[in-house]
Amino acid sequence: MSELLKLDLLGASKALKAKSITSVELTNAYLTAIEKTSKLGAYLEIVSDHALEMAKASDKRLANNTSRPLEGLPVGVKDMFCTKGIKTTASSKILENFCPPYESTVTQNLWNDGAVMLGKLSCDEFAMGSSNETAAKGNVINPWLKNINMSPGGSSGGSAAAVAARSALAATGTDTGGSIRQPAAFCGITGLKPTYGRCSRWGIVAFSSSLDQAGPLTRTVSDAALMLNSMASYDKKDSTSVNSLMPDLLSFLDKGVKGKKIGIPEEYTQEGISDDIVKFYQKSINWLKESGAEIIPISLPHTKYALPVYYIIAPAEASSNLARYDGVRYGVRKEAETLDQMYEQTRGNGFGDEVKRRIMIGTYVLSSGYYDAYYLKAQKVRRLIKEDFDNVFTNVDYILTPSTPTTAFQLGTKQDPLTMYLNDIFTVPASLAGLPAISLPVGLDNSGLPIGMQLIANAFDEPGLISTAKSLEQSAEFNFIADGVAK
Amino acid sequence: MSNNSIVDIPTVNKIARLSRLEIPEDKKQNLTNDLNNILGFVANLEEVDTSNVEPLASVTGHKLPQRNDEVVDGNIEDLVLKNAPESSGGFFVVPKVIE
Repeated sequence: MSELLKLDLLGASKALKAKSITSVELTNAYLTAIEKTSKLGAYLEIVSDHALEMAKASDKRLANNTSRPLEGLPVGVKDMFCTKGIKTTASSKILENFCPPYESTVTQNLWNDGAVMLGKLSCDEFAMGSSNETAAKGNVINPWLKNINMSPGGSSGGSAAAVAARSALAATGTDTGGSIRQPAAFCGITGLKPTYGRCSRWGIVAFSSSLDQAGPLTRTVSDAALMLNSMASYDKKDSTSVNSLMPDLLSFLDKGVKGKKIGIPEEYTQEGISDDIVKFYQKSINWLKESGAEIIPISLPHTKYALPVYYIIAPAEASSNLARYDGVRYGVRKEAETLDQMYEQTRGNGFGDEVKRRIMIGTYVLSSGYYDAYYLKAQKVRRLIKEDFDNVFTNVDYILTPSTPTTAFQLGTKQDPLTMYLNDIFTVPASLAGLPAISLPVGLDNSGLPIGMQLIANAFDEPGLISTAKSLEQSAEFNFIADGVAK
Repeated sequence: MSNNSIVDIPTVNKIARLSRLEIPEDKKQNLTNDLNNILGFVANLEEVDTSNVEPLASVTGHKLPQRNDEVVDGNIEDLVLKNAPESSGGFFVVPKVIE
């Protein structure tokens, strides 16, 4: 493996600033790595010329000491972020030719801070899925096992696979019910979903607007802090963007967990969790205790209703958001005699099966006669789920749970939608409550697949979340590298 | 909820129509089964007492910001029409609606 690929985001940033490497060298190393790992299918679009131009500009700034926080660092972008002049498909056939005339706020923030764009990363279609298998151009392969094609998780599967395979130094993701944290767990990397409102949703293809949040997928907790520092911002163009300054997360890396109270929810240790995950959950609890944290058993009694609430609210909002794909203003049109036939054939042909299922569920629960029983009911139970968290955060500082009930599964083995939905059982509750949460790797199971632990913090406590995650990361000493890493 | 939640093929046809989605005949039975499974799965919400609970629409609880209604950009007709499957004379073109 190229020595350059061994550097993580923070390490590469230091090496660039020390002038021991250049951004062009680093970017070329990643473009080569992308080629060498192309069979994983992580990238939908590679923008080599654009990347090298950005790298050259960064090298100039590094040379005259006007560098910015992410100067010269090559990153990948989930295909849910609109990128000006660069194809943005949300992994859907209906947007296969869409080239946005504008840039999303989050990606603009990255470029304003000097990052170099490598290309667009695959995901589940419109971010709807937990295995990356609903992508129109086909699934992405998890780089961990040599002989078996495992799922990288989803929906940010391309982002997670690329960071794990070292074909991106870091990547952006979006998380609606676990789409950053679950693939991060499956691919042995770190994934951070910030508080709802921290990152602007402007220019991100909308799925479920009351839940969607952008966040980073990185190799380490420090890298996540560095990325989120740049990604987060108040944005007038997103009415749910929160005008509250986030302190520099890098200054919280070494604050530790001494005296912090960590809640262990009884509802997260139900049947169906793999034995190896239970083992590492206990180890993680012990590690935090040894580092000086106080462990407190807690209860989040409405946990079991989180998935049902999610699978009403998310499809309802999706059915409304996806109404815009009508074959008129953008996207692929299927020509037909009448306007209604054109709509129906355009959408019937352009959307994949999972997206259609969710539009149908969403339309049903919002339709006359069912709105109160389903949608309104789900919104009420959502409040109870949020109140569970509000209650426990009066007693504890952070909550520790496994990120997923199992490690990565083989591609093609979960055909039934409901079985697939159960993947998100531990990540959905924090999404419904809008809370920041991070998944980080803590060990491998008996088949050599990574295990992720999730830490959840109170709203806007990303700084403390970073301190706690960093402490757990130091105890876990997860130094394993995926087999499919760029060699 | 559960008694009303059983969808059949006529209901699927109605929902598909409201969603403006063409569903091929040979896929309707599977889709109906999937929808019934999902609606069955979410039916356990019935057992939660929500009689005094307000629905939650915004987690942050902050009020929607207001701004003056002013034009802040524009004159980008070409960009607006650039991704349209069909446009003409500054308009989006759709199949004929009025005879």
